[in-house]
Amino acid sequence: MADEDILSDELLRQLISVGEVDILVGLHTYNHAKTIGHIVEVIRDGLLKYFPRERVAILNADGGSTDGSPDLVRAASINDVRNSYNFHSLRTLHCISSQYASVPSAGQAMHMVVAAADLLRAKACAVIAPESTEILPEWIDRLLSPIYREHYDFVAPVYRRHRSEGTLVTNLLYPMTRALYGKRIREPRPGEFAFSNDLAGQLVANELWTNDAGRLGPEVCITMESLSDGLRIFQTFLGTKGQVDQQPPDLVAALRQTVGPLFWSMGQTDAAWSVIHEVHPVPTAGPEFEITTDEVSVDRERLRQMFSSGVVDLEPVLKSILSSATLAQLQSAAALEAEKFSYSDELWVKSVYEFAASYHRSVINRDHILQALVPLFRGRAYAYLKENSTASPEGLEERIESLCLTFERFKPYLLGLWTAQERGS
Amino acid sequence: MGDMIANELSQAWNEFARALAHLLPRLLAILIIAVVGWVIAYLLKVALRSLLRLVRFDRLSEKAGAAQLLHTAALPSPSELLCRLVFWLAWLGIILAGVSSLGSASVQQHIADFFLFLPRLFASLLIVFLGMLAASFFARAALLAAVNADLPSPHVLSDAVKVVIVVLSISMAFEELGLAQRTVLIAFTIVFGALMLGLAIAFGLGGRDLARQFLERRFSEDRIRRKNEDHLSPL
Repeated sequence: MADEDILSDELLRQLISVGEVDILVGLHTYNHAKTIGHIVEVIRDGLLKYFPRERVAILNADGGSTDGSPDLVRAASINDVRNSYNFHSLRTLHCISSQYASVPSAGQAMHMVVAAADLLRAKACAVIAPESTEILPEWIDRLLSPIYREHYDFVAPVYRRHRSEGTLVTNLLYPMTRALYGKRIREPRPGEFAFSNDLAGQLVANELWTNDAGRLGPEVCITMESLSDGLRIFQTFLGTKGQVDQQPPDLVAALRQTVGPLFWSMGQTDAAWSVIHEVHPVPTAGPEFEITTDEVSVDRERLRQMFSSGVVDLEPVLKSILSSATLAQLQSAAALEAEKFSYSDELWVKSVYEFAASYHRSVINRDHILQALVPLFRGRAYAYLKENSTASPEGLEERIESLCLTFERFKPYLLGLWTAQERGS
Repeated sequence: MGDMIANELSQAWNEFARALAHLLPRLLAILIIAVVGWVIAYLLKVALRSLLRLVRFDRLSEKAGAAQLLHTAALPSPSELLCRLVFWLAWLGIILAGVSSLGSASVQQHIADFFLFLPRLFASLLIVFLGMLAASFFARAALLAAVNADLPSPHVLSDAVKVVIVVLSISMAFEELGLAQRTVLIAFTIVFGALMLGLAIAFGLGGRDLARQFLERRFSEDRIRRKNEDHLSPL
C-alpha cells in the first residue's frame, strides 16, 4: 500500500496542520477504552517532563473501535496535565486519531504511524502498545532520548518477565535473531520501541506492508530490518511488560505474529545474515534481563500430551518439512514418558532451522508450516519449563545463554540448508 | 470358356491393381503422416518436459498431493504422465487429421467428434487436478486446525474433508465429460448425504459421551482455565 493510500485525506489535512514535529508517539488501538486513557495520560506526562521544548504529537491509529477509544485519545488536553502535575510545555501537544480500516490490522496501524512519522519529519518516533498498563512517564524518555539526543536509529525494550512467561521469545525469537544477525536483541518482537527519521524513511516504502508477515507482525519485521541494515541499535530496560485485560493470543496466532515475520525477514535479508559470524552486545540502559520467580500454576503435562499427539498426527505434514533424521528423533521424544521426556537444545535448533528453510522454500503452504511448528513448540516449552521450574534468575539466564550458543553453533547447518535451496536441490 | 475365365481373371486382377494403385499412395501418405506425427509429438513431449521441469511442476504436484496419489496408484510422476498424455493425444490427433483428409465423410464426422471432445477432456482433467489440489490443501488445513485445537480424531476430520472434495471434483469432471451425469449426481448426493448423516448420528448417538465432553470443554470454565494455562504468555 502506498504512502498516500495509508494516510487518508482527513488525516493528511490534520498532519499538515500540525506541521513538522520533533517527536511523534504512535498508538494503535482497537477497543482499548479500558487502558488507553491512562496510557495517553502517562505519555503526555512523559512528553511534558522530558521533552518540554520539543514539538510533539500523539497519533492514534484505530482499527474501528466501538468503545470510544479514539475519543479518549483526542480528549487529551494539555491544560489537564498542566493543572495536575505542574508541568509546563512551551509548545502545543497535538493529539490526532484516525481510523485506518474497519477491521483491525497491526500492519496497517504501524504503516500509518511510520508514514506519518516520515511525513512530519519526526526526529524520533515511539510506538506504545495499547495494553501497556505498567507504563511510566520514564518510558518515554528511555525510548526516545537515545534517538533524539544520541542519534541511535532503533531502540528496543528489555522487559522484566516471569520465568514461565515469554517462552517463545526465550526459546526461539531471541536466540535465533541473535545467531542470525549477531546482535543480542532481547525482545525481537517489542511491544514498545522507537525509531529514527532515517529508519522511518526506509520503512515507509518497504515491501513488508504488502504481505502477511508485515500485516501480522510488523514489529518483528521492523526489528529485522534495522538489524540487517547495520543501523545503530540501543536497548532500554522498561519494566514489566503489560498484558492486563487482554487475553494473550493463542499459540497459532502468536507464531503467525512472530515466527512467520522472522522467517519471512530471513528470506528478505539473507545476504546480510549469511555473512555474520560473530555476536556483539547491544548498548543497553539498565539491566539486560530481569526475571521474577514467583510461583504460578502451569499445566505442563497438557503441553507434553499435545506435543506427543501432534507429532504422531502430523507425521505426513512434518515429513514434508523436516529431514528424516530430525523427524525420527522427534518421534522418539514423543514416545517418551513424562519422567524421561527430553527435547534437547540441538534437536530444537535443528527443528527450527529446518522449519525456516522449508518456509523459505515454500515446501507446502507457509501458514501450514507455521501451524505445524506449534506442537513442537509445546514440546520444547514443556521441556524448558520442566528443567527450569526451580531455577534461579541467574541459572535461567545461563540456560538461555547455552541455547543461544547452540543456535550460533548450528548456523552453518542452516546455511547449508539455505544454500542447497538456492542451488535448487 | 477358357477365354471367359481368363478374361474374368484379367479383369479382377486389373481391378485389384487399380484399387491397390489407389490405396497404396494413401497408405504411404498415412504412414508418412504417422512418422511425421510421431516426430512432432515426440518433440512436443520433450519441450513440455523441459517446460514442466523449469516451472517445477512435480514440486507443485507434490504440494497438491497429486504426486502422492499417483505414486500410490503405481503411476509415473505427474509431469511424466502429462507428457505422455500430450504425446499420445498429439500423435493420435495428427494421424486422425491425416486419415480425415484421406477418408470418407462418415469417418470425417467421427474424427470431428473426437476433436470436439478433446477440450472437454482437458477441462475434466484440469478439474480433477484442481480438485486434488483443493482436497490436499483443505485436508491438511483441517488436520492442523484439529491437532492444534486438541480435537479428538483429527485424521477422521481431515480424511472426511478430502473425500468430500475429491468426490465433488470427480463428479464435476464426469459432468463435464457428459458421462453418466445423473448417476454421478445421484451417487454424489447419496455419498455426501450419507457421510453427513453418519457423522451426525455417530457424534450425536454413538459418541454421546464424547459430544458431551467436547461441548463441556468447549464452553465450560475448565476450558477457559486450561486455555490460559496452555498460552503461558508465550510473548
